[in-house]
Amino acid sequence: MEKNKKRPPYAAVIAVLMVLLALCIVGSVTLGRYPIGFREMCGIIGSRFMDIEPFWKPVQESLLLNHRLPRILLACLVGCCLSAAGAAYQGVFQNPMAAPDILGASNGAAFGAALAILLGLGGGMITGFAFAASLATVGAVIYVGGKARGKRVLGLVLSGIMIGSLVSSGTSFIKLVADPQDQLPAITYWLMGSLNGAMPKDLIFALLPMALGLVPLHLLRWRINILTLGDEEAQTMGVNAKRIRTAVIFCATLVTAASVSVSGVIGWVGLVIPHLTRRMVGNNYKYLMPASMLFGAIFLLLVDNLSRSLFATEIPLGILTSLIGAPFFIYLITRDGERH
Amino acid sequence: MNVENLSFAYGEHGVLHDVSFSVDYGEFLSVLGPNGVGKSTLFRCMLGLLTPSSGAAYVDGRRVAEMSARELAYAIAYIPQSHSPVFNYSVYDMVLMGTTAQTGGFASPGKRQRSLTNKALRRLGIEHLADRGYGSISGGERQLVLIARAIAQEAKILVMDEPSANLDYGNRMRVMQTVQGLTRDGYAVIQSTHDPDQAYLYSDKILALQGGRVAAFGTPKETVSSALISALYGVDVEVCSMRGDEIRVCIPADSH
Repeated sequence: MEKNKKRPPYAAVIAVLMVLLALCIVGSVTLGRYPIGFREMCGIIGSRFMDIEPFWKPVQESLLLNHRLPRILLACLVGCCLSAAGAAYQGVFQNPMAAPDILGASNGAAFGAALAILLGLGGGMITGFAFAASLATVGAVIYVGGKARGKRVLGLVLSGIMIGSLVSSGTSFIKLVADPQDQLPAITYWLMGSLNGAMPKDLIFALLPMALGLVPLHLLRWRINILTLGDEEAQTMGVNAKRIRTAVIFCATLVTAASVSVSGVIGWVGLVIPHLTRRMVGNNYKYLMPASMLFGAIFLLLVDNLSRSLFATEIPLGILTSLIGAPFFIYLITRDGERH
Repeated sequence: MNVENLSFAYGEHGVLHDVSFSVDYGEFLSVLGPNGVGKSTLFRCMLGLLTPSSGAAYVDGRRVAEMSARELAYAIAYIPQSHSPVFNYSVYDMVLMGTTAQTGGFASPGKRQRSLTNKALRRLGIEHLADRGYGSISGGERQLVLIARAIAQEAKILVMDEPSANLDYGNRMRVMQTVQGLTRDGYAVIQSTHDPDQAYLYSDKILALQGGRVAAFGTPKETVSSALISALYGVDVEVCSMRGDEIRVCIPADSH
């Protein structure tokens, strides 16, 4: 960011983040109540592809493949998706305070999950309900926003607030009528967000929508720059603003819905990580988008490590991310603007 | 660029009526008129952002309303008033954005686009600003950056929305002289302005708009007169000629 320096090597920052992420993933595997060493990890994963005489305990293998590894990968993916979606929404809404739940994706997912729990449905159905309700909510927001008169972007944001609160009141009602012995705690715990109990099937469920959203977001990243200038300017620069924005919103919503449906509501990541990343690599989405994805993955992985190893009982992720996110937000609004 | 019998209405409310004019490459056209007379609406129609209710704008013989955003970006570049965008991009990135139409939807600008950007920055003499934040330079510098962006876009028609508004005296002159230099290199420049003195000094043609209709169209010498300016702005002014009619200055009629 120094003024005298020639084009800063932002590509190098991204490479460093990639290495860091790889190190964090490996480090996280060895972290946990039941010890799994680096050697065992290599052996267990290697044995999937070639013949290796097992020198590890079977419980280590099952723990790694069925619990620890899916959870680690899911933490990375959710962090990556929420940050990418946040960065994308901030761009297309020309609003630095936009977050992945700006169009009600989290509210919808919460409603879906609460409904599934109320109906006594099991783990997979809760995820499915959350995902469907999340997409439906955003769909309704976009429909109503399109009907709103006046500025299109403002209409969308307003309708996101309105429909989001409408859906939230539905969630509150479900909590009211839920069985306070087992259903209500389950709903409350889900709303706090956690990757506790992440299963390989959660990973498989989330992978497709996440990939379908992340890849186009990455490819369209230069176009997002143009959208931040406003529709008319974008149009005169040869960019079909409406079409690109629709595509970006669709992808960002898809990855948000997939994330919150497997992890529950995790706040702040989508707002805070893109901002931290802006300070590292500037506002150009060419670098901002991949750097946000990597940084988000690292951040959520580290927070999830804290969550599962800090105390004997897990602290929900939503609590930890807010605990870290809120002070940062205060720092952000009290310091003076970026470079002068 | 030709505009033929163009009319535009927002619902029942007619804004432009039967506007016709033309401008050639190498010419500087000023669209003169008070605020709210339809200058911006006219520009939006020319840029393909609004579809005229009747009549049409043509670029190189093609109807603007039938051209895609990308085709239009190759022909016309729009230079807005210097503004401050939400995110503080570097000046370099800001100019680089002008090249977007030249790359595919999923691509980022490449080598050719970077060289166009460097050339445009050099041409406007603002290379030293390349790594500064667009949000932290002066209004005059921003206007130059937006012009550089239009140059990097490689369109030969430049449409400028009040380029001299919000600029101090020195910057205004600097920007106008830069723009005049561009017309010498074959660019067609169309600017909106409400300053008759400035329009007279720099333009090759003046289009005066009054109530959404063409009040006058022609060379500055033909158009700028006490009667026209008084009628346009609803104030009594006298147009004085100076330096062998090189300059015409408007002064209030009752000031002497």
